[in-house]
Amino acid sequence: MKNFAYFDPTSVGEAVQLLRQHAGQAKVLAGGTDLFLRMRRRALLPEVVVDLKRIAALSELSYRAQDGLHIGATVTHGEVVDHPAVQQHYGALATAANWVGSLQTRNRGTVVGNLCNASPAADTAPALLSYGAIVTLVGPDGQREVALEAFFQGPGQTALGPAEIVTAVRLPAAPERCGWGFARRTRTVIDIALVSSCAVVQAHNGVCGEVRISLGAVGPTPLRATRAEAVLRGQQPSAALIAEASRAAAEEARPISDVRCSAAYRKDMVEVLSKRCVESALRMLQML
Amino acid sequence: MKRLITLTVNGTPYEAAIEPRQSLLQLLREELHLTGTKEGCSEGECGACTVLLDGRSVDSCLIFALEAQGRDVTTIEGLAQGDQLHPVQKAFAEYGAVQCGFCTPGMILSAKVLLDSNPHPTEAEIRQSISGNLCRCTGYVKIVEAIQAAARG
Repeated sequence: MKNFAYFDPTSVGEAVQLLRQHAGQAKVLAGGTDLFLRMRRRALLPEVVVDLKRIAALSELSYRAQDGLHIGATVTHGEVVDHPAVQQHYGALATAANWVGSLQTRNRGTVVGNLCNASPAADTAPALLSYGAIVTLVGPDGQREVALEAFFQGPGQTALGPAEIVTAVRLPAAPERCGWGFARRTRTVIDIALVSSCAVVQAHNGVCGEVRISLGAVGPTPLRATRAEAVLRGQQPSAALIAEASRAAAEEARPISDVRCSAAYRKDMVEVLSKRCVESALRMLQML
Repeated sequence: MKRLITLTVNGTPYEAAIEPRQSLLQLLREELHLTGTKEGCSEGECGACTVLLDGRSVDSCLIFALEAQGRDVTTIEGLAQGDQLHPVQKAFAEYGAVQCGFCTPGMILSAKVLLDSNPHPTEAEIRQSISGNLCRCTGYVKIVEAIQAAARG
């Protein structure tokens, strides 16, 4: 591997300053499970690596009933999986995070780092989209917040500016009556998702309230199936409506054919998985 | 430019001068001569390089040695107490769970992590716990049996 200068700042301000100073030549290191590999393969040859793990504030993983869930930039998938409040209030996220790589990878790789790599197949992305995730970015001009939908801009492309870092991703407070489903098609246990889907459904008096259905690996970014959501929102769910919503999700998917499977297969699977996810959510709400 | 780091490996404090590009695996094998940890795929897929970093299993091939500054590392060499093998090591020997031996250090560390938190795992839980460790001899049946035996005590 080509050598580089390693910095481990202890504050976000210092990290941003380093990125600005070494504009275009620096990479941010969190868990490193992707960055290290790309550097070894010489796909990336940064002059400078800025390790965030000595910045104490970025390791915060906390839940408050009013504010929701805060996942700092250096929080690993393993920590998210094990956190009691995540298991209790954001079950789809705990389940999805447990699908990431092997235990060794989950113990090292971070949720925020995975989002910054912006793979359309990122395992936690559909769950985070369905819980309404908001990304906090800090750069030379201060702090800003971006909805996760807008943060993803294409394969490997995000809204991050050149000297900006993502300090956290946060989820709004989980609603009282809420069901979820998460499903993923893959070849083996430890493999990249062919298709994934996540539904989070709120309900009152037998009627669906907010419905969020998100899809992974079927477009240039993880995406929301907003037409599918609209089919169910405000409605009393029925088998016919669930089928209609699942078909709508398949129509909204924009998959490609690649070495793993065909676009047609992916579209079919979006329909199947989205149906299962919505059914799982409604069963949790005792509406099915 | 080399940088001096301190870390604890198997309870012993070490100091080493290393380049930023060196991995934790290289530090362990080439600087500290702890060659029990193996290099397999170097891509974080095979788990041959598994070590415990502050008690959690990680692939040491994907970690810069500098990231281990001030941290606590356990390698396969740290499991036995003198001549007394760790129960998982003993079970691997007794049940023929070691074929070529290359995956064994990582397998044993993953099994230890499982049994420390879940002393009576199901077979499915055992298989899940070693899913980040590949055995190219495909000796999984005996590996699972050994972990079951270690759990029985």
